This record gives sequence, structure tokens and C-alpha cells, in this order.
Amino acid sequence: MKNLKLSILVVLVLSLLLAACTPATVEDPGTNGEDAPEEVVVGFLYVAPVGNEGFTYSHNLGRLHVEQELGVRTIYQESVPDTAEVENVIANMVDQGANMIFGTSFGFGEYMLNVADQYPDVAFLHCSGYLDAPNMLNYFGRMYEPRFLSGLVAGMKTETNKIGYVAAYEIPEVIRGINAFTLGVQTVNPDAEVHVVWTHTWYDPINEREAALSLIDGGADVIAQHQDTAAPQQAAEERGVFAIGYHSNTADVAPGSFLTAPIWNFRPYYKEQVELFMAGEWTPENVWLGMNDGMVLLAPLSDLAPEGAQELVDEYTAKINSGEYHVFHGPLYNQAGEMVIGEGETLTDEEMLSMNYFVQGVVGRIE
Amino acid sequence: MIRISKRAEMPQRKKWIVRLLGIVLALVVMSFFFLFLGHNPLEVYQTLITGSLGNYNRFARTIEFVIPLSLSALGIMIAFKMKFWNIGAEGQIVVGAIAATYIALNFSELHTVLLLSTMFIVAALAGGIYAFIPAFFKVKFNTNETLFTLMLNYIALRLVVYLQYGPWRDPGARGFPKIANFSQNARLPDIFGIHAGWIILIIVFALVYLLMNKSKLGYEIAVIGESQKTANYAGMNVSKVILIALFLSGALSGIVGMLQVSGVNYTLSRQVSGGMGFTAIIIAWLSQIKVVLVPIVAFFFAMLVQGATFIRTAFQIPQSIAEVLQATVLFFALGSEFFINYKLHFEKKAKGRVQNG
Repeated sequence: MKNLKLSILVVLVLSLLLAACTPATVEDPGTNGEDAPEEVVVGFLYVAPVGNEGFTYSHNLGRLHVEQELGVRTIYQESVPDTAEVENVIANMVDQGANMIFGTSFGFGEYMLNVADQYPDVAFLHCSGYLDAPNMLNYFGRMYEPRFLSGLVAGMKTETNKIGYVAAYEIPEVIRGINAFTLGVQTVNPDAEVHVVWTHTWYDPINEREAALSLIDGGADVIAQHQDTAAPQQAAEERGVFAIGYHSNTADVAPGSFLTAPIWNFRPYYKEQVELFMAGEWTPENVWLGMNDGMVLLAPLSDLAPEGAQELVDEYTAKINSGEYHVFHGPLYNQAGEMVIGEGETLTDEEMLSMNYFVQGVVGRIE
Repeated sequence: MIRISKRAEMPQRKKWIVRLLGIVLALVVMSFFFLFLGHNPLEVYQTLITGSLGNYNRFARTIEFVIPLSLSALGIMIAFKMKFWNIGAEGQIVVGAIAATYIALNFSELHTVLLLSTMFIVAALAGGIYAFIPAFFKVKFNTNETLFTLMLNYIALRLVVYLQYGPWRDPGARGFPKIANFSQNARLPDIFGIHAGWIILIIVFALVYLLMNKSKLGYEIAVIGESQKTANYAGMNVSKVILIALFLSGALSGIVGMLQVSGVNYTLSRQVSGGMGFTAIIIAWLSQIKVVLVPIVAFFFAMLVQGATFIRTAFQIPQSIAEVLQATVLFFALGSEFFINYKLHFEKKAKGRVQNG
């Protein structure tokens, strides 16, 4: 019991000490919102550290763009887990005056939805999800379009006709990417196969590297990836083979292997949404934006890219953007050789979003 | 030459002064970091406190963190008292969460009181058994409990990933790997804006206090911790005490798993524990295996964690720096324990002096 009294004493002393050191003029950031309700403050929740590459990095480029172009204040928090902690972080941000919240991980969706009606004046924008509310929308990019283009480049480049693909998890988004890539490969090189290795992690340089090396040892001479780091590209560089990046342009990170990469560009969409909000004209509209809208694109081809690849990429970019060409058009066969859709048909958005099978040309299993 | 020697027992008052100095020193060291980042450190520390206690909502969030940390630390303490190094609280939390989730998903039609109490009991059993396994091997084959309990953590975590991507994947989530949300009656109600886990914490705290200080089992645990030989000689059934104590130790972490899925997240994911089982070890240690100190140390830790989240958004301090702050405070807190137990002698020449203590 003596300990208890003493420890309470310590708690009190420490609190007093800290309170006493505090300058009286400091403004509690929590009051900013009330003082200036007209000010637009945009909060970003990231699932990982910003770093120098990857998914979160591309969102952060969008945030910086908004700050520079529109002069609004932005706040962000890195490494937010996909748990109820999301609600906590949002509460902190709203406390600090945030009236627009971008959540950039699929797992944030339900927690954003949970608090959306608590803060009816705050706009919620959720990346890669499917939940919405009167003040919440979801947005994502049709990454399968530039994925297909990167497949064209890989298909032209490979000599062993074996292409490796380091993939994170067996979810529709990743599967769709592998399929789009494989269709690109087979468009130029029907004999080439795409070998898939699952890492079961989004972000783990060591694991990603190991997976890439095992593919290279198996004969792959081009490595593609659905991962958050450039480790597979660096593994390829080390072994003197080639690589397709993902998320952000990593030409400088692995100059010895980098061919190109399907990448994000959130700048135009973020700027547009914040502008609409500032003008009081923001309405929640769910979008899935393609290369036409500038949300996804293929990074410039490096000098290592095969001759003629640029022309082919340009040709298909134009065709996809004009709507003349759809990546998932019939006849489309799955791994078992069964026809998924016939001549003249294309997959609907709904079918693409729930894709759970590999197309012909993929070597690997959805576990 | 620096010579280290064991100190004679320090008076309580002096111990607390050393600890306080340790924390103050940690804050001073961190001030340089914040100054370097262009922030006024006093402003940062004030926001750390207002961010964790500044209004009722933030206070409630902090308490929601105190609950699992304290419960788990109390459990760990029971094992540590016997010098059984149970560092498997993380895994015990996770299996408790898995068991509770199994009940929540499969018996969601049950009445809420019945459902919640079943989840509670099953989670405690699961956590208890998960700690019982290494205890059994320790008693029978004298295996190393530190490694055993550590490895079981990773097994539990991988199991959640398996369930999340496999058999328990929510078909309603468009193929995305998540486990379905709990129905309303599998969710722990809020009492005064904090999930009902705080009542469980108060009850468990009282029970553990009685167990450790007033019961025969508590006495036996203490004796085994001092010396197994003495315990044997006194005719105690050492193996039985170890097995029971470890079951209780794991059961408390199992309960934490249930509270986290049913009171906080309303679903199970691999981040259900998020390292709390490891933080609880530090709390048990800093509490010097004393029951009454656990909630106090846990409260400090919760403040530090919750406050650090807040300063990250308020000052745009990178996560890494917020973590360095927590680690520095911890480092100095543990360091002050060193200076409480040992003395440093600075000498020009080492003389053949007899060590005191």
C-alpha cells in the first residue's frame, strides 16, 4: 500500500511538472477547427510509411500536389493499421480541423463508414473499397490497363519465354493484375508463360527478394511484381535479368533491370476533389478511373526496353483510351482452357472486381 | 576503470526519485530531437498530455488501451513471479480472439448475455491452454519456456492470416480477405463511453491481488520464484503449481483477445493484438511484479501511446520519431532500475577491493 501512495505521488508530481513547464500561450491544436471553420484541412491516412517508393508514396505525391497547387493545409498519419485505430486517427484529425479525409487502404473502409455519420460535415474518400455513405465515396484506378501495357513490354523482352511475377495476396485486385499482364505478354508472345509466386505480404523486401530470386533460378528473365518495394527489381538487377516495377517510378532504384512500371498518379483526382470541396460543390461519386482520367499510367520505358516496344505501347494506349480495345475481351479462356466469355463480349466492371481465376498462360495456383 | 557493484537496498523514496529522474532525463534527451525537427518540445509534451487526456473522448481512448495492457501484464506477472518467462502473451491474446470470434460468428443468434459470456469463457480457456502447453513441456521435459512461448506467438498470428484468407473469409466482402463483422449481440456494450472491459479489469485486478497476496497458491508461486528447491523441500507440488499458474497467466491474455474483438474492432484481423502482448511484458517488468503498480504503469504507457498518435497528426511528427520517443522513455525507465540495483565506481586504478552487497 505504501507503494501505491508513492506511485500516485509520482504520477501527480510528473503531471504537475509537465504542466508547469508548459508555456501559457500555446494554442491547443484542437481549437483550430472552431476558430476557422471556413478553412479546408485535408487529412490523409496511410497504411505504411511514406518512404521513397510504393503505394503510400504515390498517395503522398498527391497530397503534396494539393498543398502546392491549392495552398490548403494537409495533415497525414503513416502506418495506420486496418483496425478500429482508424476511427481514433480520424477523431484526432477532425479535432485538428480536418474536414476532408482520404483513407488509402482497403481495410480502412468499414471504420471510415462507422464514423461517417458522426461527422456529417466531413467528406470521406476511401481508396480501393466498396463502401459509401451520403458523405463518403470510394475511388480507385483501372490499374489493369497499364498492367496490360507492361505485359507487352515484358513479352517482347523475354528470351526464355518465362516471366516471373512476385505477388502479394490472392485477392481480386492482384489476380486481375496478373491476368491483365499475362494477356499483354501473350498478345506479343503467345509462347511465353507467367509464373506466379505468392509472398503473402504487401511489404517485405527480404521476402520479395527471395521470391524473385527463386523465379530467376527457375529460368525467368523478366520479373514483374505486385509488391510495395523495389526488392524484386533489385534482385533482377543483381542476376542480370530485367524487371517491371509497380506503384511508382523506380527507374533510379534499379537502373540495371528496370524496363517500365504501371504506376499511380493521384495528383489530378486529389486536386479536383479538394477544389470541388472548397467550392462547396463536392458530391460523393464512386469512381474507377483509367488511363484516360490520368489516375493510372505506364512509366516511361527505360533504355533497356526492347526495340519497337514504345510504338506498340503507344498504339495500345491510344486504342484503350478511345475505347476501341478492352483488355478483358472475348474470347477469354481460364487456366483450365474453359471459355469465360465469348467473341465480341467484354467483362463487366462487376466481373473484373470479383475476378478469382487465372487466364491461360499463367502458371500458378490461387490458393 | 569503471567498476560495477551491487548496491545495498535503496530506500523506497530514493528509488522513486531515481525513476522520476530517469523519465525527466528521457524527455530532455527527446527535446533535442524535437528541436531538431523544428518543434517546441514543451509544446509537443503538452500536446502529448492533452492528446491523451484532453477531453473525455481522448481519455476514453486511453483507457481502452489501459484495459488490454493491464490484463495481459497481470497475467504475465503471475508467470514472472515464478521466474517462468512467459513471453507468449501476444499469441495467447490472439488465440483468445480466435476462440471468441469462432463463437461470435457461429452462434450469433444467441441472446447477447449468453453469447458474450460464452465468448468470454472460451477465450479464457483458449488463452489458458495456449500457455499451458509450454508449461507442460517445461515441467515434463524441461524445455526452454522463453523460446517455446515466443514461437507460439508466430503460430497464432499465422493462424489468423490463414483463417482470414481461407475458411473464415467473409463472402460478402467482394473477395477481399477479411473476416465478417460481428453481429450487434456479439459486441461488448459501452459503459460511460468505454467498452465494458474496464469492469472486467477491475474485477480481475482484485482477484489477482487476492491470489498473489492472500492465497495459498499465490504463496506457493512466490516460493517457487525464490527457489524451486525450497518449494520441493517444503512439500509443494511444484509441477502442479506451475501448470495452474500458467493456465491462469494465459487465460488473462485470452480474455484480452475477446475484449479486443468484441469491444474494439468487432472483427478479427491479424492486427488484433498489434504488439500489445510484448508491451505488456515491459509493463509487468516495470511494475516490478507488483499487482498494484500494473494499472498505473499501464496508464502511463497508454498515455504515451495515445499521446504519441496524437502528436503525429498535430505536429506531423513521423511515426519513427514517435516510436523513438516511446523507446527512449522506456530505455531510461529500465536504465533507472539498473542504477537502483547497482553502483558505478570511477577509479584511476582498479584496486583489489571486496565488492559490497
